[in-house]
Amino acid sequence: MENRYELNKNLAQMLKGGVIMDVTTPEQARIAQEAGACAVMALERIPADIRAAGGVSRMSDPAMIKGIQEAVSIPVMAKCRIGHFVEAQLLEAIEIDYIDESEVLSPADDKYHIDKTKFKVPFVCGAKDLGEALRRINEGASMIRTKGEPGTGDVVQAVRHMRMMQSEIRRLVSMREDELFDAAKLLQVPYDLVKYVHENGKLPVVNFAAGGVATPADAALMMQLGAEGVFVGSGIFKSGNPAKRAAAIVKAVTNYTDAKLIAQLSENLGEAMVGINEQEIELLMAERGK
Amino acid sequence: MTIAVLAVQGDFAEHEAMLESLGAQVFEIRERADLDRPFDGLVLPGGESTVQGKLLRELGLFEPIREKILAGTPVFGTCAGLILLAKRLSNDDNVYFDVLPVTVRRNAYGRQLGSFYAEEEFKGIGKIPMTFIRAPYIESADEDVDVLARVDGNIVAARRGNVLGISFHPEVDGDTSVHKYFLDIVQGIK
Repeated sequence: MENRYELNKNLAQMLKGGVIMDVTTPEQARIAQEAGACAVMALERIPADIRAAGGVSRMSDPAMIKGIQEAVSIPVMAKCRIGHFVEAQLLEAIEIDYIDESEVLSPADDKYHIDKTKFKVPFVCGAKDLGEALRRINEGASMIRTKGEPGTGDVVQAVRHMRMMQSEIRRLVSMREDELFDAAKLLQVPYDLVKYVHENGKLPVVNFAAGGVATPADAALMMQLGAEGVFVGSGIFKSGNPAKRAAAIVKAVTNYTDAKLIAQLSENLGEAMVGINEQEIELLMAERGK
Repeated sequence: MTIAVLAVQGDFAEHEAMLESLGAQVFEIRERADLDRPFDGLVLPGGESTVQGKLLRELGLFEPIREKILAGTPVFGTCAGLILLAKRLSNDDNVYFDVLPVTVRRNAYGRQLGSFYAEEEFKGIGKIPMTFIRAPYIESADEDVDVLARVDGNIVAARRGNVLGISFHPEVDGDTSVHKYFLDIVQGIK
């Protein structure tokens, strides 16, 4: 019996307790691996630059992704546009380890996400709340992350999304079984997934934090709020000393309750990415794809 | 019986759940102070060996854990854990604990598309499920190593004394037999 979906969920389990870093060049990928990244996300422009550049943002050049695959031994992920199943087919063709169907890129479809059950490679998708998370899982996602607000260096939305998911999970757990049918209706998700969450008190797949994480303390905050690992995008290579900051975030994720250690790790990291406050953002990427 | 699980990165929670279901007391090792607690056996989980190796060194865990293994504390490594135990890696310059005299090939089955599931014989247990995730395998083992399982001719489980290393993940597929085998080693039964 070969169950690709189980194998794909299993890979996400291996990434737990780790940090997945956005990289744009083989050199950055090597720095990330040296610093302790458990995987890298290969993309042409990190979210902060996508935001600054504006225009349509698409899947990265396969040659660029291959360059990164050759540079490191850890898993390599890459993003395709929401609903763009051909971009996903191309990423599968170059044997990517994980596809991120991502709101960071311009959506290719404003109604349908990719039917991820049709693919052999795994998908991670963003979610703001439990309903979105379970809809993506129903479509075949084998890993979930918060959407946060990418490229801002502002953690507020990742916090909001993680808190929302966790509180909705706790609410489902506390329900009587006969209330789950209505809960499924309200969440717009299948009953079986609601029942799983009710019985297990967690999503059926691994759940990471993403979007706006810029400091070791941000990463530890997300872990204490229930994340099983962290994506860091612009926060590393938009900062003053990427290697040092990356290594500090990796250690903060491992020992996320040790304030003394995280305080030490936070010393002299150089400048953090500048960041944009939530109120100053013109484009809310988290509103893409529900 | 108390088992310590290395919890710097990877699927340590799955190991903990499985060990607890078999009646073991379990605690996590995340930093130096955790090693002050006594334990009878140690589990090195799946994950990324580069990350785990780096964190072991930088968190001051590497030498004290290696000393415990050399002093005879039973240890069980899965996937990345096997890589940490190996004496030689054929496609990587790193060597970690160097306590299992085998040559391991990292990512031996390629990328995630090469991940697979199999059912094969495990010496002393019988036929068991095996889940391989971007897995390594053992290319060669020294004479004093007991080869416990093979898939397609490649060694996927090996033991020498109290050191047990396997390239698959029983902790994710619900089969407790290899963990039971390890607890038997810890108790001196096997």
